Amino acid sequence: MGQIKLEMVHYSLYYGNFCALRDISIQIPARQVTAIIGPSGCGKSSFLRTFNRMNDLISNARVEGRVFLDGQDIWEMDVVELRRRVGMVFQKPNPFPKSIFDNVAYGPRAHGLRDRSRLEEIVEQSLRRAALWDEVKDDLNKSALTLSGGQQQRLCIARALAVEPEVILMDEPASALDPIATLRIEALIRELRENYTIVIVTHNMQQAARVSDYTAFFFTDESRTGMLIEYGETKQIFTSPRDRRTEDYITGRFG
Amino acid sequence: MNDPLFVGQGFPSTRGQYRWERLKQRLAFTLLWASGAIAILALLAVVITVVLRGIGIIDLEFLFTSPRGGISGEGGIFSTIVTTLYLVILTLGIATPLGVGAAIYFVEYASDSHGKKVSAYMVQVARFGVETLAGVPSIIFGLFGYILFVSTLHFGFSLLSAGLAGACLILPVSIRTAEEALKTVPRSYREASLALGATKWQTIWKVVLPAAGPGIATGIILNVGRVISETAVFYVTLGGSYKLPSSLLSGGRTMALHLYYLAMETKAFDKAMGTGVVLIITIVVINLIVRYLSAKLAARG
Repeated sequence: MGQIKLEMVHYSLYYGNFCALRDISIQIPARQVTAIIGPSGCGKSSFLRTFNRMNDLISNARVEGRVFLDGQDIWEMDVVELRRRVGMVFQKPNPFPKSIFDNVAYGPRAHGLRDRSRLEEIVEQSLRRAALWDEVKDDLNKSALTLSGGQQQRLCIARALAVEPEVILMDEPASALDPIATLRIEALIRELRENYTIVIVTHNMQQAARVSDYTAFFFTDESRTGMLIEYGETKQIFTSPRDRRTEDYITGRFG
Repeated sequence: MNDPLFVGQGFPSTRGQYRWERLKQRLAFTLLWASGAIAILALLAVVITVVLRGIGIIDLEFLFTSPRGGISGEGGIFSTIVTTLYLVILTLGIATPLGVGAAIYFVEYASDSHGKKVSAYMVQVARFGVETLAGVPSIIFGLFGYILFVSTLHFGFSLLSAGLAGACLILPVSIRTAEEALKTVPRSYREASLALGATKWQTIWKVVLPAAGPGIATGIILNVGRVISETAVFYVTLGGSYKLPSSLLSGGRTMALHLYYLAMETKAFDKAMGTGVVLIITIVVINLIVRYLSAKLAARG
């Protein structure tokens, strides 16, 4: 599997008395794409939002077990530092109502960078990496809200890349986009894999099969508690799943 | 037998009843149209009366000379315009930072307090207080201001006393409008900012406040209108001197207050109406600005 970037050890997540995720242990490899699949409400997003501690924002959330980034416990790290290293792209494109430039420069500025020429460099580089530069290079001062949905999502990816993260968490990044924009995002994910560790939640099994190296299947029962059922190389999960529930899910028998 | 597939046959309506229903509808529309027309006429009547009686008196001399007092109400309204302006700046300068600050606390900090029962309780009490105060007659704020600022703190009848009392008056509404503006900012903006490693304060300062800006500005401008048209609070805190105020501790009279004095204590009824026209025009301009800002806000959302 190579170098381990993210690791969960007997991790459980509670919202009040409700157990959202139970006893999850998983190792996520560096510079690979790991897809998280499973039916709605099985805790995929809660799982993803653990790695950058976005669940901390929910007032009654409580965790058990440990989670590591490069062997370091994420709850012992400074949350600002953690979120700089672990970026996130959301389901719905959510650019700020600011210019394209200011959107991408937002993260670096928040981390104290003021030098204009350095900011310009970072903005260009991030937009190039997000495959958006050629489309917007003449309109950097235009409002980000004038872009199409697919462009907005690539802008959000550029915005995440601008703080030089090591991990990018993607929560169904293409679910609000049309098929062509979706394919562009998928191609981009394959490229980004060279330099970043990517964890992507998706409802679309073909997408998981197309973009990921590893796949984790989450499932839930009547208790609505999410459990990790099976995890392995994407090829293995899709061709010879070991668990009956995984097989039923990927062949479309339920979910 | 009632066959469910032919329920229409079960309805008792006859042709005569349909005609009666149509008549009722026409009657209702006519009454509603009449209410609308009367409401508009009443508003127009007020504006037209004031404008017809007052417009003739307005010229540059009226606008740019100060009142000279006396039973015939000599002079213009210059010092009252300036006093109104001072008071708007003073009142909003005090109430806006407080109102926006309180709203930020309520919306951004207290609402997701991690089990902090005390602050959640405090917010509930504060919200109830804010809503109650928003419905209290303004003269009560005036009397409060008189007791606290004019007499206890010895600020006297002055801009300072009036500004502080006016700030108390508009504070509840300032908080409410700022709260509403902050609540319209999508959660996704906050999440995007936090996920980039920005702190909560950076998120509020750089993302939430700019996005809520037009809404907050609308609230501020509406409050400008309230201060301009407020009379009772200033009647008991500002004194009534018609001279140009020279410091924070000078008394004065606003346009609305001047209008009251002219109508009640002089024979210069036309000048009162003229002042009214200036007031109405100011309020119209303010409302146009509010509409422009709201339209901008709606276009963006």
